[in-house]
Amino acid sequence: MNDSKKPQDDSKDSDIQDKPNISSVSRRNLLRSGVAGAVGLATSANVINRRQNEIKSFVDTGKADVDTSKFDPTSYLTSFDYGVSSILPNGQTQREYNITATDQEIEVAPGIYFNAWTYNGTVPGPTIRCTEGDRLRVNFYNAGSHPHTIHFHGIHASDMDGVFEPVQPGESFIYEFDAAPMGFHLYHCHTRPLKRHLHKGLYGAFIIDPAEGRPEANELVMLMNGFDTNFDGENEVYAVNSVAFHYEKHPIDIQQGELVRIYCGNMTEFDLVNSFHLHGNMFKLYRTGTDLHRHEVTDTVMLCQGERAVIEFTYEHLGKFMFHAHQSEFAELGWMGVFNVKETTLA
Amino acid sequence: MTRMSDDISNGSSHSHQTNELGTLTGMLAKGLLPVFLIALTLIAFVQTGTIDFLKSSFPPVEDLTYQRVAFPGAGQIQVHLVNGGPGPVTIAQVIIDDAFWDYKASPSVSIERLGKAILDIPYPWAEGDPLKISVVSSTGLTFDHQVEVATRSPEMNSTYLGIFTVLGIFVGVIPIFLGFLWLPFLAGITRDWQDCFLSFTIGLLVFLGIDAAQETILLTAQVASAFQGIAVMTLGITGMYLLLNTVEHFASSESTSTSEPMKMSILIALAIGLHNLGEGLIIGSAYAVGQAAFGTSLVFGFLLHNTTEGIGIVVPVANSRIKVRSLLCLGCLAGTPTIAGMWIGGFNSSTTSTVFFLSVGIGAVLQVVSLISRDVTSRSDSGLLKPLNSLGLLGGLIFMYLTGLLLPV
Repeated sequence: MNDSKKPQDDSKDSDIQDKPNISSVSRRNLLRSGVAGAVGLATSANVINRRQNEIKSFVDTGKADVDTSKFDPTSYLTSFDYGVSSILPNGQTQREYNITATDQEIEVAPGIYFNAWTYNGTVPGPTIRCTEGDRLRVNFYNAGSHPHTIHFHGIHASDMDGVFEPVQPGESFIYEFDAAPMGFHLYHCHTRPLKRHLHKGLYGAFIIDPAEGRPEANELVMLMNGFDTNFDGENEVYAVNSVAFHYEKHPIDIQQGELVRIYCGNMTEFDLVNSFHLHGNMFKLYRTGTDLHRHEVTDTVMLCQGERAVIEFTYEHLGKFMFHAHQSEFAELGWMGVFNVKETTLA
Repeated sequence: MTRMSDDISNGSSHSHQTNELGTLTGMLAKGLLPVFLIALTLIAFVQTGTIDFLKSSFPPVEDLTYQRVAFPGAGQIQVHLVNGGPGPVTIAQVIIDDAFWDYKASPSVSIERLGKAILDIPYPWAEGDPLKISVVSSTGLTFDHQVEVATRSPEMNSTYLGIFTVLGIFVGVIPIFLGFLWLPFLAGITRDWQDCFLSFTIGLLVFLGIDAAQETILLTAQVASAFQGIAVMTLGITGMYLLLNTVEHFASSESTSTSEPMKMSILIALAIGLHNLGEGLIIGSAYAVGQAAFGTSLVFGFLLHNTTEGIGIVVPVANSRIKVRSLLCLGCLAGTPTIAGMWIGGFNSSTTSTVFFLSVGIGAVLQVVSLISRDVTSRSDSGLLKPLNSLGLLGGLIFMYLTGLLLPV
């Protein structure tokens, strides 16, 4: 069943993707040529395969995977930006972050390119992480072609809310506030038209840890999102962390018995709700993560646009377990992944 | 003196040749100079960089057209695509009913301008269900095709050819010959009434022409834009009209053994034959993509419809003594192209060529209409406006309309 639903995972035919069958040299192809270089060693084999293909009247299964050299969803899961920290005279920890808005082409499914607007070149932007009470200083520079802002969820002053101070292209703004309250928040652009600025990719996760910390866990950030590639007001591609089927093709390794904590947020546009469903298990749900008391134990949580949850679970059984949106359409258009539960290794 | 004149004449003929050669080179130069200048202008234009500016200012316009969607077997879908856009298109993904799906493209996912690709998609489609296919290009654009009813496509093999030959004989050939059975009746009536029946033929041809034109214009919408469906149609109509005109011209200028009425019958049979080729193409391709269900009513409808065509063919020769062999030839000329059309239509997936064949049929019909009109007018000054002839013309139109009612769309 999996085999038939996975697009272009037929590794047998992967040599075909290197076929230089595109006549015009575009930016994309230049980027791809990096990959092609790595494959260069196998060129002679490719030539033979290609000849065989010619004899078999050519069969092309398309691009097998996205180019992860610019954005790798696997490393995004566990990448946290704690900023540059320093101690202020009053003893408070200050964390300084640099965020730049850019126009950037991203690959949202093998071979599908989307002209995104990004924070620091990726969608989602970097995961900003700090501890409750930290002084945050975010240096924002707009290198994009449209005015942008950064609107942080949380408690702060009105002029630090990133709504009424659009930052024009080429201009900067410094957001400064104390991190509060603890929880899993978001940051995103709040320039109008809002829908466009959001679905183009200007968002990221914003985690404020409680002062006393959370229990030790394998922490993963998952932002559910979608892409309207043909601008018809509907998403063509769904994903968690931007790349359709990425965690199905590259399952996330976790250890049997270890506590896994997912910071799961919904940044999908056009569709009112999205959801997270876990196979072969139940999870503890902490809505918005603003306190340490679990809300419920379930295997499916529905999140509205902009809503998020902290999810905690431990796997008893070994093997592969799927996680995906329980909207079948979203799942089959890319929002599907797999946990690979392995035996505990001694750390 | 004689020698001298010989020399002169030789010389003059020689210089005449040189002159001719000179004129030829001159003419050639005159003809090619504009071509050269146009090429220079184009190069100069490209040098200005205007094209690059235009290209960079606009996003790529991609245009993929579905030529055919077939269901060759359980769990298989085959999609024929043609790139009619201004530049190459790269297929990235295939979505079926809101789910990404595996596919294999032949020869490649990159389709050059005017190029084609066939996608084989292993999809467990359900018999009788509608289905939406969406091809996503590398730029994220989608090209959609709605399948109204998924049903297994008939296999194009010898059985198919056999069945269509039989069907073609029944709906295309036999009715024509049934129409010929009116020959004794037509021979027994007066010239005035014969002209009325000739006008009847005009009516039926006009009906066929307009009917085919509507069908063709509808089809042009499915032709990849680069192939310019309407232009192909114009070319087909005009080309065939002129070709038949030339044939008619030579046929009448050279005194052959064929009589004038016979020539007219041949031309009518040819026009109807070409029309039936187009009709066969539509039936064949509709059947191949599973859109045509051959009910009894369709066969009956065609039978009646084409019987009328048979009457039209033999009206001009009503007063001539005509051999059975000639009648056989006329019938085959008009009827057998239906079979050929069905065969081609069953295998051929190009809408462009169907548009062309249909247009050729329209051109032929138009030419024959003008031919018969001239013939009728040669015997009566008011021509088709003569009440009896007008009645015939209207009768032809009405009769075709009524028999057309029996044809389910």
